[in-house]
Amino acid sequence: MINLADMAFYLFAFITVASGFLVISARNPVHSVLWLILAFFSAAGLFVLMGAEFLAMLLVIVYVGAVAVLFLFVVMMLDINFTEFKQGALQYLPMGGLIGLILLAELVTLGSAWAFGDVVGQNITAPIPAASDVHNTQALGQLLYTHYIFIFQTAGLILLVAMIGAIVLTHRQRPGVKRQSIADQAARRPEDAYKLVDVKVGSGVALPTKKG
Amino acid sequence: MTIGLGHYLTVAAILFVFGIFGIFLNRKNVIIILMSVELMLLAVNINLVAFSTFMHDMVGQVFAMFVLTVAAAEAAIGLAILVIYFRTRGSIAVEDINQMKG
Repeated sequence: MINLADMAFYLFAFITVASGFLVISARNPVHSVLWLILAFFSAAGLFVLMGAEFLAMLLVIVYVGAVAVLFLFVVMMLDINFTEFKQGALQYLPMGGLIGLILLAELVTLGSAWAFGDVVGQNITAPIPAASDVHNTQALGQLLYTHYIFIFQTAGLILLVAMIGAIVLTHRQRPGVKRQSIADQAARRPEDAYKLVDVKVGSGVALPTKKG
Repeated sequence: MTIGLGHYLTVAAILFVFGIFGIFLNRKNVIIILMSVELMLLAVNINLVAFSTFMHDMVGQVFAMFVLTVAAAEAAIGLAILVIYFRTRGSIAVEDINQMKG
C-alpha cells in the first residue's frame, strides 16, 4: 500500500519531469514558458515534501512570479517569427540525444556506485532543528543572518548590479523628445542669454543668430 | 519502498539532462536556451535541498538560496541583452551573432 507522501512525490516528480521535457520540445515559445512555470511550481511541491518550505515559497514567488513572467513578457514583446527557428532543428537531434544519453548513463553509473563515506555524518555544520522546535524559515534565518551574512550581502549586491545593468542596457534616449535638462539650465550664464547693444540713432540692430 | 535520497537525485538528474538536451535541440532560439539553463539550475537546487534534508544539514538550503539569487540575476541580464540585440538587429537568430568572430 502506497502512502500519501510517496504518492505526492511521484505526482510532483512526474509533473516536473514531464513539463521539463515539454519546455524544450514545445513548438510555441509561449507554451514553453507556461510549461516552465508548471515545472517550477511542481518543483516547489517537491521542496515542500523535503521540508524546505521557505525555499518552496521563494521558488513560487521569485521564479513563477518574476523570472517566468519576465520570460513571458520578452517572448510576447519581441516580434519574432518563431517558425523559422524550428526548421532544421531536428538535425541536432542525434548529436544532442547522444550527448544527453551519455550524460544520463554517467549519472546513473555514478548514482549506483556511490555511497556515503564514514566521516560524512560527522561533518554537519548546522543540523536541521526539529520542526516542532524551530520551523524552517526561522532556522534558515538564524543561519543566514549569522554565519553567512557576508555572502548574503554579496548576493544582494549581485542583484543590485543585475538590476542596474538591465536598466542601463535597455534604457534608450528617444530622439525628438523634449525633456528638461537640469544641468543645461544650471550652467546657463547671463552672457549667454542676453547682450547689451548700444544702438546708434537711425540704424537698426542686427538680429542675433540663434544658437543651436 | 520509501522515498529516499536516490529518488530526488534521479528527478534532478533527468531534469539536468533535459536542460542540456534542450540547448542542443533549440540551438537557434536564444530564449529556449535561457529557459534550458533555468531548468539546469532548478535541477541543481533540487540536488542541494535533497542532500540538505537527507543529511540533516541546513547549509544546503542556504546555498540553494544563493543559486536562486544568481539564477534570477542571470535571467534578468540575459533577457536585457536579448532585448537590445533584437532592437539593433531585428532578429535573435544565434547563427547571426558572429560579428565578434569569436
